[in-house]
Amino acid sequence: MTLLQHYWPVFIQGFGYTLLASFIALVGSLILGTLFAIMQVSSMKWARVFGDVYVQIFRNIPLLIITLFLYLAVAKVIKMTGFMAGTIGLMLYTSAFVAESVRAGILSIDNGQMEGARANGLSFNQAMRYIVLPQAFRVALPSLGNQFINLVKNSSILAFVGGLDLMYQGNMVAATSFDTFTTYIIIGVFYLVITLPLSYYIQYLERHLKRKA
Amino acid sequence: MEKAKKRRFGIIATIVLALAIVLGIAWAMQTAANNSKHQDTLTRVEKRGQIIWGVKADTKLFGLMNTKTATPEGFDIDMAKALTVQISKQTGVPMSASFVPVASASKIQLLKNTNIDGTISTMTITPERAKVVDYTQPYFDAGQSLLVKKDSGINSIQDMNDSKYTVLVVVGTTAAQMTKQFAPKAHVIALQDYASAMQALKAGQGQAMSTDNAILYGFATENPDYHLVGGVFTKAPYGIAFDHDQKPMVDQTNRALDTLKKNGIYNQLIKKWFSNVPGLDWHELEVKS
Repeated sequence: MTLLQHYWPVFIQGFGYTLLASFIALVGSLILGTLFAIMQVSSMKWARVFGDVYVQIFRNIPLLIITLFLYLAVAKVIKMTGFMAGTIGLMLYTSAFVAESVRAGILSIDNGQMEGARANGLSFNQAMRYIVLPQAFRVALPSLGNQFINLVKNSSILAFVGGLDLMYQGNMVAATSFDTFTTYIIIGVFYLVITLPLSYYIQYLERHLKRKA
Repeated sequence: MEKAKKRRFGIIATIVLALAIVLGIAWAMQTAANNSKHQDTLTRVEKRGQIIWGVKADTKLFGLMNTKTATPEGFDIDMAKALTVQISKQTGVPMSASFVPVASASKIQLLKNTNIDGTISTMTITPERAKVVDYTQPYFDAGQSLLVKKDSGINSIQDMNDSKYTVLVVVGTTAAQMTKQFAPKAHVIALQDYASAMQALKAGQGQAMSTDNAILYGFATENPDYHLVGGVFTKAPYGIAFDHDQKPMVDQTNRALDTLKKNGIYNQLIKKWFSNVPGLDWHELEVKS
């Protein structure tokens, strides 16, 4: 407890950065993931191939490698801090998983929905946006929730590139206080503070949408 | 009815989960407390016939993993081997040395958990650390220095006292704490190990890397575009560390260290590892008798 008091500002700073990185990566990966999911089910061949290649690359490479690549190689060309490299890496990595979840959601929607919408004069984009995607998200929600919880925990990757997040600060506190054990327990509780409400919120959304349907 | 049942289940589930977390933490604390219970290191290593040394695996010249043989090599490793032989002679119990790679951030915890018996891993003796571990006499006189790109225009740590500069350090090293005192305005970013810090320096994530001169010499030999500047601005002698309150083991090791310094083995090892470092007068590192 004295450890918590003594290093409170440090923990809070780390908590803030973790929250910020998680939020940016969450929103970004949702947008990117949805785009790539649509590409994967599109009728244009090049879009399908492009979407597929993107998902396969980012889904099958460890997050650490993506992040280190951004931090050590890409940063030589485009200036970016560890925080940016970590957040972008996290976003790209998660977006591949989001794309797969959303694609599964889209595929679960009967083809007739799309055909009916098109027959009523909607374009592919309109039909996707107003008819298919809202239903697809409802189906994909549980697995999206999983991805987002993983995302928050994966944000600890920032520690490896000096991203000032919870894990980074935890490592620093552990190294200065020599009390590794307590430090990591505290860090774990801080992560719970983010992930528990998130998972309850997803559960609430699921129930809410079910009732609406 | 249905709803009330569901709610009751929810409440019970929450309580059970909360209990599980609390119990888990209590158990973890207990394990930690057990680990910190006193065990005599000397008795333990004599019984086992082996001393497990925590050493560096990422530090050229001191402890670097040889990828071909999968064993660490360096000054620290040779010192540990020589010390083990000497301690065996002193106690009359034959002992062998085995090596476990440790990181700066985790070595003290590994000592506390008795995963390793002692650590000889470029570890600076500091008063705060001396409260939690026992140190031997210093076995190497090191000090913090700066490694910068040759055309950077930076000549000392004072030059870096500006918010446009970032100094790269390694988590758990003394440099991580000292740099702020010498250049309070500069940003300090801590990486996980020396290799990533060097990579980050090359990628332009910072303008300088700061840690002990002895370690920076290793990087300067491998990266001719970089050099050390500003000399040594802290005194940071390396010591061999054991768990807290291990007087018998520390005494034995100090005796062994003295013997190695007197019989010339120490100087042989200095020559073996440091005579080829450019810009370093390795004779300064020798013990004079």
